[in-house]
Amino acid sequence: MTSQHGNGGQGGPWGGGGTPPDLEVLVRQGQDWLRQLLPGGGSRGLIALALLALAGLGAWTAYYTVPSDSVAVVQRFGKYLKEVPPGLHFKLPLGIDAATIVPVKRQLKQEFGFTTPGASDPYQSPLDGNRHKRETEMVTGDLNAALVEWVVQYRISDPVKFLFEVREPSDTLRYVSESVMREVVGDRTVDEVITIGRQEIETEALTKMQALSTKYAMGISIDQVQLKNINPPEPVQESFNEVNQAQQEKEKLINEARRDYNKVIPLAEGEKDQRIREADGYRLKRVNEAEGDVARFSALLAEYRKAPEVTRRRIYIETLQDVMPGIRSKIIIDEQARSILPLLNLDTRKGDQP
Amino acid sequence: MNKQIVILAVLGIAAYLLMSSIYTVSEVEQMIITQFGKPVGQPVTSAGLKVKVPFIQEVNPIDKRVLEWDGNPSDMPTKDKLYISVDLFARWRITDPLQYFLRLRDERSAQSRLDDILGSETRNAVAKHELIEIIRTTKDRVPLRDALLTEAERDMGSLVPIQKGRKQVEQEIFAAAAEKVQVFGIELLDIRFKRINYNESVRPKIYDRMISERRQIAERFLSEGNGEAARIRGNRVRDLNKIQSEAYRQVEEIRGVADAKATEIYARAYNQSPEAVAFYEFTRTMQSYKSIIAENTTLVLSTDSDLFKFLKGMSPNGDSPSARVAAGERR
Repeated sequence: MTSQHGNGGQGGPWGGGGTPPDLEVLVRQGQDWLRQLLPGGGSRGLIALALLALAGLGAWTAYYTVPSDSVAVVQRFGKYLKEVPPGLHFKLPLGIDAATIVPVKRQLKQEFGFTTPGASDPYQSPLDGNRHKRETEMVTGDLNAALVEWVVQYRISDPVKFLFEVREPSDTLRYVSESVMREVVGDRTVDEVITIGRQEIETEALTKMQALSTKYAMGISIDQVQLKNINPPEPVQESFNEVNQAQQEKEKLINEARRDYNKVIPLAEGEKDQRIREADGYRLKRVNEAEGDVARFSALLAEYRKAPEVTRRRIYIETLQDVMPGIRSKIIIDEQARSILPLLNLDTRKGDQP
Repeated sequence: MNKQIVILAVLGIAAYLLMSSIYTVSEVEQMIITQFGKPVGQPVTSAGLKVKVPFIQEVNPIDKRVLEWDGNPSDMPTKDKLYISVDLFARWRITDPLQYFLRLRDERSAQSRLDDILGSETRNAVAKHELIEIIRTTKDRVPLRDALLTEAERDMGSLVPIQKGRKQVEQEIFAAAAEKVQVFGIELLDIRFKRINYNESVRPKIYDRMISERRQIAERFLSEGNGEAARIRGNRVRDLNKIQSEAYRQVEEIRGVADAKATEIYARAYNQSPEAVAFYEFTRTMQSYKSIIAENTTLVLSTDSDLFKFLKGMSPNGDSPSARVAAGERR
């Protein structure tokens, strides 16, 4: 911690360069210069030259410009004088008036846990590479660990407070932001921090940071807190992935089983319908055939009734006439010639077998 | 020539005297005037251009703003014997510049006093509390539960209960330290924990626990998946059997009905009279011959049969041919 005092002390982070040289330093330089010149003689001309130089320096330090996104805070002999809007302005020269430029309209931000390269605001990024990592490490309310990166968007709302109330408002904002973020994360489970509670964390952190910055009277108004990457610690990340993978795997297993189910069941339903329809066909066939048979039989019977004996004979003879030609071996025997039978036994038996 | 040099010298000395007798006070500071190192009068607190006795008096600027103290992270054990690294910050201001100037003289020594006092108070407070007391703040907050967690994993998605909480512990440290720094003309405005982290040596254990918790969830997912898949497979077998057996039942029912119907139709027709029965028997038998008697059948027929009776002669002993036929046809 370096203690800054004198004229440069109140110089804000952006105003330091615009402050004209200190009055005392100027005079001391003038004295040195005189001392060098005096022994040489021809002093009148030299004195005139010195006065001219002094006047030039005075003119040089008598004006300043304020950029459009800023205001200037003017101090006379260190005492607060006025706030000046953007534009070209004049002041008392030679360190009597000092103007500090404060970018009140610029949206400023601080990054925690990561660095956007090329930032012009030295307070935007973590102060050094080492703190980078440490900034993100947090302990959650279920005693787990998480790595949190976030951004705070803020503006300088009151340049006078910003310059005169707190010595290092930007640093203090960093501390406040870290402290509040840990407080909020500390009240949450690791699941809330990593997945389901992000929105809530942003809102609560913003509210708490705003309350603190008001309490600290830093002249800063905080507009937004945005969470960036939130990860479990490196060694644990893999197991978090495992959970995701297992979830996918679960879906996969179920889908595969469903696939097998779908492959079989609708087909079986179809086959069931097929069999029922076939059975129905059988039923129709059977009934129709029966009715056909019966119709034929009935017709036949009606005729038969008219001449039974002849019909019977006719049918008998017709049938045998149909059947007989197809038979290879036919043996016709006479009742009186029974003695031939034994010789034909084999053949008969053979014929018995279908 | 000499005169001019004298005038110049006088002018120079006068300017120097003037310069060393005026000084400016900025808005952010206050001045303690010392005379030969000893403070004189009241501190100058209003900003602007001021006058002092040249050479003899010196001005010592002292900051009027709120100052920050940023502690170094230091490792300390909690009540539950966990080594943690604690990083604090504090805000303070100089309320009694004279006292401050006498006791500490500059800010460097003030910061180092704060280091000592806050450091030891923090140690005391942390050692008296379990880790969770300085992590959590709100006593009865109910966390959102991840929909992925089940009832059985109740211990996983919930917060560890606390008695006091971070704010109170901070308050304890603050109260103890504020009293001690008063003697230096310093007012402690507040202190807050900036960072609290597990010490390097504790981390692997914490990570192991986290990993095992996650694995537990992962395993559950896998077994849920397998379980559900098995259930679906069971359903498949059940539904398949159900469908197929229903099909069988319905088919048999239909066929049964069909057969019954056909039987009924036949019976009704064939059974209408004894004559019909006999005729049916006869025609059906005739019909069956066509399929029963094949090429390789050997038929031994007697000349007594109705068909061949005429082989013996024109007028056979023609009595009851039907009975003869029936007998003759049975090979």
